[in-house]
Amino acid sequence: MMSFDQNAFLIIFTASLIAISCGLLGVFMMLRKMSMTGDAISHAVLPGIVIGFFISGSQRGVEVIVGAGLLGIIATMVIDFLRKKAKVQLDASIGITFTLLFAIGIILINLLAYKVDLDQECVLYGEIAYLPIDLWITKAGFSMGPRITWLALLNLLLVITFILLLFKELKLTSFDEGFGLVMGIPAGGINLALMSMVSYTTVSSFEAVGAILVVALLVVPPATAFLWTKNIKSLIQLTVLIGIGISIIGYYMAFWLDSSIAGMIVSVAGLVFLVSAVFNSKKYKFKSGTRLEPEALSS
Amino acid sequence: MENFLYFFSFQDASIAFIVLGITILGIGSAYVGTFSFLDNKALLGDAISHAVLPGICLGFMLAGEKNPYYIVGGAIISGSLATFLSSWLKENTKLSEDSIIAVILSTFFGLGIVLLTVIQKSGNPEMAGLNQFIFGNAIGILEEDLWVYGGLAFIIILSLSLLMKEFRLLVFNAEFGKAIGFPMDRVRLVFNILMILSVVIGIQAIGVVLMAALLITPGAAARFWTDRLSSLLILAGVFAVLSGIIGTYISFVLPQMPTGPWVVVSLSTLALISFVFAPKKGILYRFFSRRKYLTKMHRDHVLKSLYKALEEKKSGLSQSELLALYPHHKRETNRSISYLRKRSQLIIKEGFITLTSKGKSEAMRIVRLHRLWESYLNEYMNIAPDHVHDSAEKMEHLLTPELEALLDNRLKYPKLDPHQENIPRDHDEL
Repeated sequence: MMSFDQNAFLIIFTASLIAISCGLLGVFMMLRKMSMTGDAISHAVLPGIVIGFFISGSQRGVEVIVGAGLLGIIATMVIDFLRKKAKVQLDASIGITFTLLFAIGIILINLLAYKVDLDQECVLYGEIAYLPIDLWITKAGFSMGPRITWLALLNLLLVITFILLLFKELKLTSFDEGFGLVMGIPAGGINLALMSMVSYTTVSSFEAVGAILVVALLVVPPATAFLWTKNIKSLIQLTVLIGIGISIIGYYMAFWLDSSIAGMIVSVAGLVFLVSAVFNSKKYKFKSGTRLEPEALSS
Repeated sequence: MENFLYFFSFQDASIAFIVLGITILGIGSAYVGTFSFLDNKALLGDAISHAVLPGICLGFMLAGEKNPYYIVGGAIISGSLATFLSSWLKENTKLSEDSIIAVILSTFFGLGIVLLTVIQKSGNPEMAGLNQFIFGNAIGILEEDLWVYGGLAFIIILSLSLLMKEFRLLVFNAEFGKAIGFPMDRVRLVFNILMILSVVIGIQAIGVVLMAALLITPGAAARFWTDRLSSLLILAGVFAVLSGIIGTYISFVLPQMPTGPWVVVSLSTLALISFVFAPKKGILYRFFSRRKYLTKMHRDHVLKSLYKALEEKKSGLSQSELLALYPHHKRETNRSISYLRKRSQLIIKEGFITLTSKGKSEAMRIVRLHRLWESYLNEYMNIAPDHVHDSAEKMEHLLTPELEALLDNRLKYPKLDPHQENIPRDHDEL
């Protein structure tokens, strides 16, 4: 039943594009210990998507992207506000913020159910399988190919430009925010820019893989790569490779089991992560560092 | 309104039953959640609640229907697996806790989605019931399910109450607990099991995605009102129950509305009210008390400047001289002057400000505290005289009369501070 036709190629290609965009941003999120903030953002953009959808009347509107982007930034700021002004601990601030915004999103979907063609399942898990039939048709009636693939391509280009332009700043503020500030890098601004990119990527990908599975692509490939290497360049390269690999395997596994492609890609990613974790765990490796011997302690 | 009366008069036995269920369930989740919040493990609950989805699906596949025993069993297994994996990864890899939780949460959820689509494609008519687990539907809980979930909630509440001392040690000082001979690892295991159980019973009403709110928000909100664990737990329970009932009522009035989001919205509203308005810890209270402190500090500084002028054998300062001392705080200085004048601590005559005897005594007190603290730092802490000023500048506003007496006693009523300046006493004449 294994087949490699145009549809399979398109789906794998698009999934890889999304996985790479998410992975590239995810590397920096992980280095900043902000993976859960990424999770929070991917939930929190929901009301923005629904409102944008409602205003523009279609999921293709710029309003959707603007709405989601705004909500992503708002979520980051609310988390920051709760933590710094209300002195709620960080994990609880994240938990409270994303559950509230996500709940508002679900309520809006249900309130506007008859006015917008958006159901909660689509937002949650997405359906990349319908991608080949959702075409971008120009006004002249000329078909340009699948719309979502173009969106994913645009997204990836923007993410790559963003990272190339701000690589030094991102790297510096990820490892040592204080030093970055001394060097005159506006750490807060860089942070907000990164969060806006994450929210934009979430919206751009939600139709294909669903808002919640975006977080998996943000988190799992970078975490897997981090188990193998500590060098930031190879971390990024490995993340990209893992993103492509899980897209290919995930697609065929889903094809074989007749299940959600996005869900399967994530499950494969989880499996790769688990194997990497077992291989690289402290138990199975010789320690190269010096250890304090008991004698050294007693003397 | 009719609906409201119908719902809250509980004439319908099934509504009364559901409200009872929500109440027990809310108390159970808030109870467990408050402990995990205090333990700084709030997001582990989020990971577990996403992670039970594949277990629920597997339970459904094995039973072929929405059998509560299979579903609870499956959920417990996948929840335990997720908890075990998260602690294993934390011990054996260099990943940060935050990445670990995000990885577990998303991959288990992804696996759950795969199983969900497999079930969907199998065309099982009971499938609709399974979708409720994602967003929750309290009204859809069947009476027989309620017995299982209610029983589990009861077990949670009972074991938490019985093992209160152990869990208190676990969240506040696990190392100490270990040192005095409590089996802390086993206590943590029991606690994790209780957390999984509370997630399992909660998702019926709240749903997988939003379950985290029921665990985190009540505790976080209640924390703003009290410092005592017992009242914290009670308050968290009250918040959870209140929002649970509101959510259920809305699902009852608007049947297409899932319960979970409304529970979360009402919970978050309660939490935001707490964050802003709670006494002592609320944002408003802290804002005003900080402002009050800053004005008092500035008043103290004005008094001090006037006193120093006295020390320099001037009878006072002109208004413009005083304002020039605080170039960027003109408004505050003017406000302090008029406040002190009203309290008859200073008098203004033709733009020249002098201290009254009342004002002088207050100014002396501040200068005395400043110099006493400098002496204390110098003598007892062995800090060089040129390093003691900054700390004294803060402490002069804070030291109480009792502390002043103690300092005086320790330092044997000194006459001079480390800078050889006079430590003023009330009977001194200038």
